[in-house]
Amino acid sequence: MTYAVEVVELTKIYPGNRKRLPVRAVDEISFAVREGEIFGFLGPNGAGKTTTIRMLTGLSRPTSGNARVLGYDLKSDLVRVKKHVGVVPEQSNLYDELSAYDNLMFAMQLYGVPRGERHARAQELLARFRLSEKRDTPFAQLSRGMKRALTIAAGLAHRPPLLFLDEPTTGLDVMSARSLRGMIAGLRDEGVTIFLTTHYLEEAERLCDRIAIIVSGHIVALDTVNGLKAQVAGCTMVEVSAADSGGQAETRRFSGNDVETALHAALAWAEAEGRQVVAVNTLRPTLEDVFVRLTGLSAEAMLAEKGAKGGAHAGG
Amino acid sequence: MLADDVRGMLYIALKDLRAYYLKPPNISWGILFPFAFVLAFAIRSPGNLRDLVPGLLSLTLLFGTSSMEATVIVFERRTGSLERLLLAPIRLPALLAGKLLGGMAFGLTVTAVVLAVTLVLFGAAGVQWPSLLLALLLGAAAFGALGAFVSVAVREIFEAQTLANLIRFPMMFLGGVFVPVTALPPVLQVMARLLPLTYLVEALQGALAGRPFSESSPDLLALAACTALLFALATLILRRRVE
Repeated sequence: MTYAVEVVELTKIYPGNRKRLPVRAVDEISFAVREGEIFGFLGPNGAGKTTTIRMLTGLSRPTSGNARVLGYDLKSDLVRVKKHVGVVPEQSNLYDELSAYDNLMFAMQLYGVPRGERHARAQELLARFRLSEKRDTPFAQLSRGMKRALTIAAGLAHRPPLLFLDEPTTGLDVMSARSLRGMIAGLRDEGVTIFLTTHYLEEAERLCDRIAIIVSGHIVALDTVNGLKAQVAGCTMVEVSAADSGGQAETRRFSGNDVETALHAALAWAEAEGRQVVAVNTLRPTLEDVFVRLTGLSAEAMLAEKGAKGGAHAGG
Repeated sequence: MLADDVRGMLYIALKDLRAYYLKPPNISWGILFPFAFVLAFAIRSPGNLRDLVPGLLSLTLLFGTSSMEATVIVFERRTGSLERLLLAPIRLPALLAGKLLGGMAFGLTVTAVVLAVTLVLFGAAGVQWPSLLLALLLGAAAFGALGAFVSVAVREIFEAQTLANLIRFPMMFLGGVFVPVTALPPVLQVMARLLPLTYLVEALQGALAGRPFSESSPDLLALAACTALLFALATLILRRRVE
């Protein structure tokens, strides 16, 4: 197995001062990202997700520990690491004054894409992200979704084999988010390794091959989506709809160690209430259940913390 | 790696010129502002206008080079776009040198316009061209490094403008633009010796008067030293801010 990223005991401590105590933002985390996978990095706000990405892309120096990114040593070979990775920060941070085309050209100039290839690559990226008509529009005048798409395009301009995507769909409307997710999945199909952080559990579940959950600077779980779900498989849930004598139905959920126990509890409730059961569903654990179990934080609380809108979450 | 740095530096400078500097209001302000200052002085104390040319060129270069540059890095840090440059495969001094180069290119462009006007008015006879060009180049480098230093030392755009003016305005009055340094009280003369503008004005006076290159060389060396010191400080501060 070859790894695109291998992290060994990576730690970041922000030193304290008179007003603030030192903060151990990332605490000796170790993990590896396989080549060609979409690796999800999930966690509540302040858990250390962005700090980890910042360290892996050279924006922040690790306090201790190290990593190899695409085979290059993060500490001793940082410029080579930077040359071969693409980074899409949480904020769409291209240059307002430059057009979509000029922003892509500048990204390629910075990363040393040969002069003869730049124009064709810019046209190709604009077409791929459905921005060809906006070629000459200044970045400032693009819609939020278009800005996001162009920022991702700029991250891909030099054809990096590894792309760091920090919260790619936060704040986007349903359609833009759906379209971007399609593009991200398409990149994986082309062999690009993607390191993705997101607050949207549904998004992580749909896109990621494997997911690491980070809480307070520690990785508390790392597995495939199904593997993570299996960790909470001991908790089964049954959803029962039962109608009263007037035909008014009420739906309730009951949990237990297995289906039979949960069902018994449900039937006991219906009988005690004098209701007739009209529908029964067994519910498989979702990634949200896993997340709640591991972090003690609800998905809604996480989104509220971030100030993100629910629109993209609801979208497919 | 060096090739990456040089390429990054040049493209950062070109991008800055395109995105921020080469806008009509900037160009007209960069040219008119020093003329306005010098004219105001000339009207108040009429004399030999030609004596004011080194000061006029120096002021044009000082404001043209440092004004926009001092705010560009702060602006990009606020908008998050500076992060794009920090992520690029170039080293920090190259990033900063790119920013400095953008300021230098703009400052030298507007100064070239002002120089052309003064040469038409007063003639170019006897001008020591190598000294003149080298003085302008080193002056632009020193003021560019000053702009870079200001921009990394503060967090807000208004702070950058305030700090830049806090340094530039006393420099304007102590640097020999309007009053010769030798006419200043001894304490102020010592202070004037710490300012890059003083050395540029002196070097330009020598070059325009046709004095030999060797006479200007201490001034040129002083400008190079100012550049090195301010650039090193700016790199150090930016490195700390990034980490």
